[in-house]
Amino acid sequence: MSAELLYSKDHEWVRVESDGVAVIGVTDYAAEQLGDVVYVDLPEVDGEINAGTEMGEIESTKSVSDLFSPINGTVTEINDAVVDTPELVNSSPFDEGWLIKVSFDALPEDLLSAEDYKAFTES
Amino acid sequence: MAEQDLRSTALEAVHESLGATFTDFAGWRMPVRYDSDLAEHKAVRQSAGLFDLSHMGEIHLRGPEAAAALDHALAGKMSAMSQGRAKYSLLLTDEGGVIDDVITYRLAEDHFLVVANASNAEVDAAELLARAEGFDVEVDDASSRTSLIAVQGPQSEQILLDALLGADSGVEGLTAEDLTEMKNYRFAECTYRGESMLIARTGYTGEDGFELYLPNEHAPALWEQLTVVGGDRLTPCGLACRDTLRLEAGMPLYGNELGRDLYPAQSGMARVVALKSKQDFVGRAGVEAADLTDRPVLVGLVAEGRRAARADAQVRDADGLEVGAVSSGALSPTLGHPIAMAFVRTSVAAAGTELVVDVRGKDLPVRVVEMPFYRRD
Repeated sequence: MSAELLYSKDHEWVRVESDGVAVIGVTDYAAEQLGDVVYVDLPEVDGEINAGTEMGEIESTKSVSDLFSPINGTVTEINDAVVDTPELVNSSPFDEGWLIKVSFDALPEDLLSAEDYKAFTES
Repeated sequence: MAEQDLRSTALEAVHESLGATFTDFAGWRMPVRYDSDLAEHKAVRQSAGLFDLSHMGEIHLRGPEAAAALDHALAGKMSAMSQGRAKYSLLLTDEGGVIDDVITYRLAEDHFLVVANASNAEVDAAELLARAEGFDVEVDDASSRTSLIAVQGPQSEQILLDALLGADSGVEGLTAEDLTEMKNYRFAECTYRGESMLIARTGYTGEDGFELYLPNEHAPALWEQLTVVGGDRLTPCGLACRDTLRLEAGMPLYGNELGRDLYPAQSGMARVVALKSKQDFVGRAGVEAADLTDRPVLVGLVAEGRRAARADAQVRDADGLEVGAVSSGALSPTLGHPIAMAFVRTSVAAAGTELVVDVRGKDLPVRVVEMPFYRRD
């Protein structure tokens, strides 16, 4: 877990990269719960995503989970490496296993700090 | 179910020390994986895996009429099985549906062990007790005091030879030949630390392997011994990879491919029901009276890509007509493409038939194939 990130209760992380662009991924906690990720279905570039709504799917050998967008915005880039090599979500959830980049106007206020997210996962 | 209400096996502390992720399985707190379920799956296919299956049920039947009682209670002819052998069978309802699939071991002329799925262990014990009425037999549910450790994979035999035959192994009454000469679905009895242990060449992974039944109190020591001697050859494995292993091997899972509302023939299990070789048994009349005309049958499906069909996904024919539903599915770790089992209409059940599965709103083209999906060399 990284302190500079913000987190959703759906276990996505958000890192503001430069002005108005954020990187989104799933947390190490989520990756651990899922088990080995074998398939990732991401939204299209230029697609609109809305906070709290489904934007894709993530599959492990055992189960399928919906990916929920943590923010409102427009997809500017998807991580082709994670589509080709889904296990990056397990091996490097905060770095090489990032999912999408999104241009946004404002971040939702209900995103959690690292500390609050840690407390949330432990509750 | 709240975490504190879950039952735990004698190996729980071992699993915790290994950093296992746990899941609630049939009311038990069981390891779902230790690290990577894909790595665990691969270990079983290429070397060997170590499983705690102590949540399964062990029910003993002892007495002069034990064989007759089981002939009455189960779908197979247990009286025809010789000592030292094991047999796959079904516990049927009066109507011919499946209460559970079980493995029965004949320990002596008058002593059998029935091994039940965890989710059905109590129901099976109650059914066996009820069905034993009128027979001179004692039914003893030993589930809560028996542990089951499985060693599965091509290196299993060598690991057991290395771990169980040394002078300080704690094992007595076992020779190398007992293991090397043991055929599939046979077993040997010995003692471990002075208490009875049964070693069977059985499993649920599609690989060679063994299942070891012993009293709870000695399970942690045996696990430790296997782990130390097994070294890099033996990987602790959770229930996640057990499911993908059995699916690749085309083995049914109770609740998915077998159930009370399914006749054995629908699940490809007609051969297990001994209609010809024995007289009346529970479920016979139901099976004989069954009209299977409009009943779907179990088939294997394969697809390309990486997106797997999961249980309950709808299966359609080329015209878009619903013809069935998926019962189990996953991306096969060994084969690298999606595999699934599904119940479909008999008209589309032939191998080679092209069908479509609705995978969460997107159509996935699939093809009917013979099972198993994976067969060891």
